[in-house]
Formats: sequence, structure tokens, C-alpha cells
Amino acid sequence: MMNFLKKNEILYFALRNNKLKAGLVVLVFFIILTLVGPLLTEFDDPFDYVGPPSARPSSTYWFGTTFFGQDVFTQFVHGLKASWMVGIIGGGLATLLGVLIGFTAGYQGGVVDEVLNMLTNIVLVIPTLAVLLIIVAYLDVRGILAESVFIGCTAWPWAARAIRSQTFSLRARDYVDLARLSGMKPLKIIFTEIAPNMMSYLLLVFILQFGGAILIAATLDFIGLGPTNAISLGLMMNNAVLWGALLLGVWWWFVPPGIAITAIVGALYVTNVGLDEVFNPKLREM
Amino acid sequence: MKRYFGRKLLIYLLTFFVAVTIDWMIPRFMPGNPITVLLARAGNTYAEAARMMQTYYTQAFGLDLPAWQQYLNFWKALFQGDFGVSVYAFPRPVASIIREAVPYSILLLLPSILLSWFAGNYFGAFAARSKLLDNTVLPIGYILNATPYMWLGILLAWAFGIVFRVFPISGAYNFGLVPTFSWVFIRSVLQHSVLPFLSLFLVGFGGWAIGMRNMIIYELESDYSHYLQALGAPGRLVRKYAFRNAMLPQLTGLALQLGVIVAGALATEIVFSYPGIGFLILQAIQNRDYFLLQGCFLFIIIGILLANFLIDVAYVLIDPRTRAGMQGESS
Repeated sequence: MMNFLKKNEILYFALRNNKLKAGLVVLVFFIILTLVGPLLTEFDDPFDYVGPPSARPSSTYWFGTTFFGQDVFTQFVHGLKASWMVGIIGGGLATLLGVLIGFTAGYQGGVVDEVLNMLTNIVLVIPTLAVLLIIVAYLDVRGILAESVFIGCTAWPWAARAIRSQTFSLRARDYVDLARLSGMKPLKIIFTEIAPNMMSYLLLVFILQFGGAILIAATLDFIGLGPTNAISLGLMMNNAVLWGALLLGVWWWFVPPGIAITAIVGALYVTNVGLDEVFNPKLREM
Repeated sequence: MKRYFGRKLLIYLLTFFVAVTIDWMIPRFMPGNPITVLLARAGNTYAEAARMMQTYYTQAFGLDLPAWQQYLNFWKALFQGDFGVSVYAFPRPVASIIREAVPYSILLLLPSILLSWFAGNYFGAFAARSKLLDNTVLPIGYILNATPYMWLGILLAWAFGIVFRVFPISGAYNFGLVPTFSWVFIRSVLQHSVLPFLSLFLVGFGGWAIGMRNMIIYELESDYSHYLQALGAPGRLVRKYAFRNAMLPQLTGLALQLGVIVAGALATEIVFSYPGIGFLILQAIQNRDYFLLQGCFLFIIIGILLANFLIDVAYVLIDPRTRAGMQGESS
């Protein structure tokens, strides 16, 4: 075992890193809850009116019921699923666009860089929420998929910026020059010389985008710009506030979704720091 | 410096142009006639009202004109401050409704952004060199930074407004009061802004503290710090230089975060029924008030562009390299 770990340096440091372990434990817990949760509840539709209004948490209604008698736990597990979806699709798309644009800009330089940089700066300044305001005024039915794609299409600029400067610095390294001098094709240089050195960085960018997408989605849902045909954690909070859960003291309606978002996003951030320490020898605590 | 500002201004002008064009295009290039869509969404039961709205919309959109003329007219109306008439508060013009809401949003945003940025940087810099602070501030910072703005707002409202009844949780001032420049009114406004301010402040504080802590550690490991230490400079001086260098990425970070902070503030306003732009947006969405949404959109864009510009000015003040005409920050 030790022999194997000595060979695999990354894994060795990963297993020793407490931040990484703590973050992953929380994430795995919520992933399992998302997968198993819908099987645990006896209610299929999160919008069904299944119990008395505003019932306290009990053995039938684990997280209590809403003002309308909907089961909060059922809404919660379905909302979790929506959050993961937004994170994977939105965060993934944002990372992909960021890589494509940042990498092209950084690697090509010159006019291409100027144009792409201008585009990045423009999208960077326009707030996501503002554009969504205008679109929402026109679309009647919105799903979680559409929301994720929208978040992905607007959240990429900072990733593009970070990847661009990373590419700039990698491009100027001696071994890349050497490859270029020896007549290697640009695509081959990108895949064999530059990409391997950026993989860890990309993973970190993806994790941050993942968490960011979940938070943005929660905010949009809360303002009323979220999905109209599905439940999400942000929508649960929106409903709770709109229907006076605060004044009625129905805390079980708005506490679980917030805890879940905070725990998932916080765990993602901590995992990110842990991974950074694993990948970057300078940051390792010896 | 001229080049630096020239570039920035060009980007802002382009951004504004793109934003206004998006605003103009979306209703016109979405499937279906915008007027029918809006009328169907408004769901008027009175034929009379529906007809009035139809004449108003037809005139406001000017769909019978050729597209380029519609576009020019759109810009012209914009420069005259004509954002159309609100449906939700008919027949008040959108511009005057927004003008009323803006002071409240600024009252909430400006102090919370500035204070959380300064306090976060300050504590982050401290945390970087004290093990005890590092072990307490850091985890709290991560948790705060991962908290959705409105959830923290909901929790604060519930704890301090409902359970302990210390602070009011709804509106910007006591409903019995008339807005005047009096001590009673100002006190009421301040009281009502405590909880929304706190929820915005705390989330921001966590993020800035973490950022600063990481930047300082990074700067203290860099060559110039080691060199200064080797020369025998006092630790205070080294940390001062590290702090000044770490400020720059934090300032850029502030510009990058503005959109997220504004969205968070809007959500927080909704939690506390605080009569700013966010609360207005919720009303507009619920009442399907298209022109009000459009007005809020333009207002947020202009606000963010202005704030970005102010941050650029601050950047020049802090970073001597931009002043000397060298490229301090790659724009």
C-alpha cells in the first residue's frame, strides 16, 4: 500500500489533506441524499398537497409541510437534484466556454486576443440578472435546463480571463518554444505540452464555477426568475418568504434549502482549497 | 494613463451599446408579436383595459416603422429619459417609479459593499499572520461566502425580527411616518436598514477576508518580500508592502463581483420588503410589467458601468504603474 502511494504522489497528498477529505465527505453525503431521497419519501410529486398545512416535522412529514400542505422533504430532495443539475450543466458549460475563449485568446495573441478580450470584458460587465429580466418577460415556461444553459453562457468570462493569463505564461516557457522550434504542429503542442500542465488548474476552475452556478441559480430563483415547471431550493425559499413563513414561524420551510446550498457550496470551496494544496507543492503543509 | 482610461471607456461604451441593443432586440426577435404576447401575459379581463393597453403598446413599440427607425427612436427615447409607462402603477412613468426606489437601493448597497470590502481585507490580512485568527476567521469566512444572500437575510429576519423582536423586518421606515427630513424619520430608516445591511455585509465580508488572506500569504512568499527580509527590514514594513500589492487583485475582484453583489442585494430587498429596485423587480415580474422590467434592466446596467468606472479610478490612485503609463493591469 505504502509503495503504491509513494509512486502516486498526488493520491498520497490527497489522502493526507484534511480539507479535501472534509469537503468530499459533505459532497458525497448530499449526492447520496439526492439519489436515495426520492425513494425514501412516499410522495412522488413535490407540488402535491399531501398533508395538513404548516405541520411541524414529524415521522410522516420529515421536514414538516408548507403553508399549502406540501411535503417539505419531497421538495427538498427534488430541489437538490435541480441544484446539482445547474451546477454540472451551468458550471460545465461556463468552464468549457471559458477554456475555449481564454485558451484561444492566450495562445493566438494579437488581433484574436484583442477581439476575444473585448468580448470577455463586455460579457463580464453586463450583470446576468439584468439580461434575464428582459428574457423572462417573454418566456412563459422556463425549465431548469434552460436556466443552467443561461447561467453557463453568462458566467464564463472570469474563467476565460484566468485561463488566458495562465496560457500566456505557459506559452512563454522554454519547453514550448523548443517544441515549436522542432516543428511540432500547434494542435499537438497544445495537447502534449500545454494541456497536461493546465489540467489541475481547469479542475479548480470547474469546481468554483460549479459552486458559483448553484449560488446564482438560487438567487435568480428567489427573485422569481427561476424555473416555472420544477422545484428548486431557491424557489422553496421564494415561496416561503412570499407566503409569510417568517411571520407564521414555519422555519422548517426555509431552513433546510439554505443549509443544503451553504453546505454544498461551502464544501466545494473547501475541496477546491484542498485540491489546490494537493496539486501545488508550494502550498502543502508539511 | 490616457490609454488606460481610453480603453476602459471604450469597453464601457460598447457594453452599454450591446446592452441597449439586447434590450431592443429581445421583444422584437422573439417568436410571436410582442404586443400579443404582452397582452396575453397581462391576462386582462376587461375588454376596455385590453384595448387601451393595445393602443399604448402599439404606439410604444412603433412596430409599423422599419426596423432601423424603430432602433433610432428607441435610443432617442432613452436619451430623453422616456422608459415608458408602468402597468403595475398605471399611469405613472417608469422613470419616476425607479427614481423613487433608487435611493433605498443605494442606501443599502454602498455602505455594505464598502464596509465589507474594507473590513474583510483588514481581517484577512490579520488572519494571514496569526494562527489563532486563521483557524477561526477562515472557516467562518468560507461558510459565510457560501451562504446565499437571501437565506442569511431570512435567518436574520427570523432571529432578530420574529423571535427576539429587536429590529423591524419589513419596509424602509415605519408605515405611520411620512418621509420628511426629521430625526424620527431618519432613525426609523436606519433601524429598518440594519438587518438587510447585515446580511449583505456578512456574506461579502467572508469572501473578501478569504481572498485577502490568500493573497497576503502569496505575497509574503514572493521574491521581493524575501529580499526585504534578508535586508533586515522590520516585519511591519514587509507586511505593508505585501498588503499594498494584495489590494490590487482585491480591487479587480470587487469589479468582477459587482454583478453578483447587486443580484444578492435585490434578493435581500425582497426578503425585507425593502422598497428598492429589487422589490420593484419582484412586483414587475408578478404583474408582468414589461416596461418597468426594462427600466430596471437599463438602470442596473448604468449603475454597474458607473461603479466599474469608479473602481478604475481607484485603481489608478492605488497602483502607480497605471499612472506612469505602464500597464499595471492587463485590461
